[in-house]
Amino acid sequence: MIFSFDLLINAVISGILIGGFYAAVTAGVSLSFGILDIVNIAHPAFIILGSYVAYIVNTTLGVDPILTAVVMLPAFYVLGAGIYQVYYVSFEKRGQESLRGLAFFFGLLFITEVSLVLYFGVDYRYVEASYIGPTWHFGTIDMPLRILVPCVVSLLLIAVLQLVLSKTFIGRAIMAVAQDQLALRLMAVDPIRIKRIAFGISIATASLAGAFLIIIQPVEPSVGRDYIGRVFAICVLGGMSSLPGTVIAAMMIGIVESLTSTFYGPSWAPAVSFGFLLLTLAVRPAGLLGR
Amino acid sequence: MRTPLFLTICLAVAAVVYAAAVGVGNDYVFFAGYVILQYIVLSTAWNILGGYCGYVNFGSAAFFALGAYSTVAIYKLIETQELPHIVPMPVLMLIGGVVSGIVGFGMGYLTLRLRGAFFAIATLALAVVLQTLIVNWDFVGGSRGAYVLRPEDLPLIGPYIRYLFLVMLLLAVAALVIARLIERSRLGYGFATIRDDELAAEASGVPTLRLKLIATTISGALMGMAGAPFPYYIGYLQPASTFGLDYAVNSIAMPLIGGTTSWVGPLIGTILLGSLQQIVTVTISSAVNLLVVGVILVAFVILAPNGIVGLVHHYWQRKPEDFVGRRHVETDAPGAVP
Amino acid sequence: MTPAMSTTGNGAAGHLLEVDNLSKRFGGFVALENISLSVAPGERLGLIGPNGSGKSTLVNCICGTLHNEAGSVRFDGRTVDGLAAHQRTHLGLARSFQLPRPFVSLNLIDNIRIPLLYTVAVRGKHHGAHEVEARCVDLLREVGLDAKATRLPRDLTQVEMRKLELARAMAAEPKLLIADEAMAGLTHSEVEDILALLVRLNEQGVTVILIEHIMRAVMSFSRRLVVLVSGRKIADGDPNDVMRDPEVERAYLGQ
Repeated sequence: MIFSFDLLINAVISGILIGGFYAAVTAGVSLSFGILDIVNIAHPAFIILGSYVAYIVNTTLGVDPILTAVVMLPAFYVLGAGIYQVYYVSFEKRGQESLRGLAFFFGLLFITEVSLVLYFGVDYRYVEASYIGPTWHFGTIDMPLRILVPCVVSLLLIAVLQLVLSKTFIGRAIMAVAQDQLALRLMAVDPIRIKRIAFGISIATASLAGAFLIIIQPVEPSVGRDYIGRVFAICVLGGMSSLPGTVIAAMMIGIVESLTSTFYGPSWAPAVSFGFLLLTLAVRPAGLLGR
Repeated sequence: MRTPLFLTICLAVAAVVYAAAVGVGNDYVFFAGYVILQYIVLSTAWNILGGYCGYVNFGSAAFFALGAYSTVAIYKLIETQELPHIVPMPVLMLIGGVVSGIVGFGMGYLTLRLRGAFFAIATLALAVVLQTLIVNWDFVGGSRGAYVLRPEDLPLIGPYIRYLFLVMLLLAVAALVIARLIERSRLGYGFATIRDDELAAEASGVPTLRLKLIATTISGALMGMAGAPFPYYIGYLQPASTFGLDYAVNSIAMPLIGGTTSWVGPLIGTILLGSLQQIVTVTISSAVNLLVVGVILVAFVILAPNGIVGLVHHYWQRKPEDFVGRRHVETDAPGAVP
Repeated sequence: MTPAMSTTGNGAAGHLLEVDNLSKRFGGFVALENISLSVAPGERLGLIGPNGSGKSTLVNCICGTLHNEAGSVRFDGRTVDGLAAHQRTHLGLARSFQLPRPFVSLNLIDNIRIPLLYTVAVRGKHHGAHEVEARCVDLLREVGLDAKATRLPRDLTQVEMRKLELARAMAAEPKLLIADEAMAGLTHSEVEDILALLVRLNEQGVTVILIEHIMRAVMSFSRRLVVLVSGRKIADGDPNDVMRDPEVERAYLGQ
């Protein structure tokens, strides 16, 4: 463990940048779990799906991955809406969310991952773009563009989501559906439709998050599993439904992971976010910014 | 049926199974059968916490792996300290069970105050943390893995695999008997109330935390005992595959497919799904096998939430519930809306 | 049903339940503010108040389902503040839930069996399986549900589920029974039946706190009336006096 100030600064900066990306990854779960109370542990699988979609379009048509993801947003939205409909009819309506709903998403996680393995194999896939490769240097600080660009776009995504949730009617209805379905019905708004829209948005964010992921690192199907713990750790730590909280929590976890990886070695990194999660759950289930 | 009779029947069936396996004459039967028996234990153990209490454990692999790695640790200890080479398998199982049971208790203590969904996520987190700890523990081989030499043939039984099969057969019987015993006891009623409505259970005097701890400990211990012989079965133990998601999926899928409310469900689910997986793995591929498990799991969870046991109940009870032992039928109070 | 009269040390003034300056907040919202209340053994207490006044929250804090931030609760002479809900039930505190919470996978007999197995048995009284079964059926009969004894809660009407709630609370053989809106939706004669049941219980020595909106039931049953408005106790005394209290009138009519 060689300690140097340069190393420390870079680890912290790296953590912040990755944290921005983690926030985008978690935003979807803040919606589905934080607001809708649906434990979609298959969310990382959809992110990987987004990565592969970006990969295919990038290798065949040479299109920028983020652009691809934006174009694919409607498709992912429809996928999300469809999944919610099945979930609602099979589980929520019958009041069986806990055991069977979890098993359902677990099964989806599995099916998605294994299908990808069957189709693409276990080789790592990566994309090409003009900003993958160059690094900006500010004195001793290195900022690889392949992390900086996704980070910036992620924060943009979060800002847009926050605006939608707080300023638009649909957005506010989504926030309300978690608290008072009856009130929504009295306003002639169908809570099920609102939840479907929200879940659709949640999966749509996975499309973008997937593009960010494959820009940052090469991807193979089982990479998603590392993110299950991270995503829920950040979501819980960030106060469940609070997007600003998610950003802060994401950066915290990014920094701690980065420091651990730099000074203790990468083999300890997976335990960091999961360990954080356990600690948060044990000590303060309401997260940092409370619910 | 009282428990001693049930135990006797199970042991008789086990004896028949073992004799049949020997009769086939091909050791492959023992290898394949071991896996199915192992899963009977895992799914029965999972069901005690998941089916009876309603708390979903995604970390079955961790408890299984802990049992396996405690065996490896003892094996390495013997090797490095040059101690006499045989610790009997039942003792290894006991140790594996104790280690996993303690971890199960600890995990329960940390996480059982959480709502169901948080508990499930916490179990996943715990599995990864444990895996990371093992991967970084060089004594048991770390990420490189560990080789465990299978002992020579034993007198009377023959190839060591037959001994492993026998041991796992007995463990499976034990697991089923324990599950059934719990189900029919006061503990079983308590578990059901936890599953149905924890708040109401507490208000009725059920010590929910204590019962949940009992469930996680027993569940974890059984899983650990199932894992203890594994290093000898597989010969080369690696964290990635030992902590693999297939254990988690199978230990959830098998009870859900068979039916979670009784000991029969995991048994049926394991035999059906386990056999199917053996066939698919051998005829097609192991990747397709996992896909099949995932699809069947999702299909059953949506279409047959009570599993095969539920389906059987449904088709067997064509007539409405009869009122047992009532002298007369009281009509609903006037004005009640049906 | 033979619940024991309270014989253990009842606290200085002989009260069975003492709530002392109890407060409960949910985030910024103050649900209960400095509630103090004493209930003597054998009393028939009515607890009324507009919706949202905190009645159920108070019950939850007393029974241990919720944790109060401030104040304390003493039951049967001992402080129960640190005790889990099930421990308070063991001590003799039982409640029915305002929104019925039956055990959905168990039939009615088994629903009633739970308190017998986990509360009554804990107190050292052990009964054979047949006796337990018989007691379950007896309790169901008291609330008129024995015809559906082997059915599941999903086959019950809302009204029947409330009766099951009450029967299950009674099965715990409590010293103090809190009936939280057990009569909502019942017909006139059903209300009379439940009232008669509660009176019988009281005569056998069970202290009863009745939380209700059906005023005639409350007035006829209660010997003492407590009024809760917006988390504060605004009246406590003889039912007729309380109902003539101008502040109480304002709370009910002025809204």
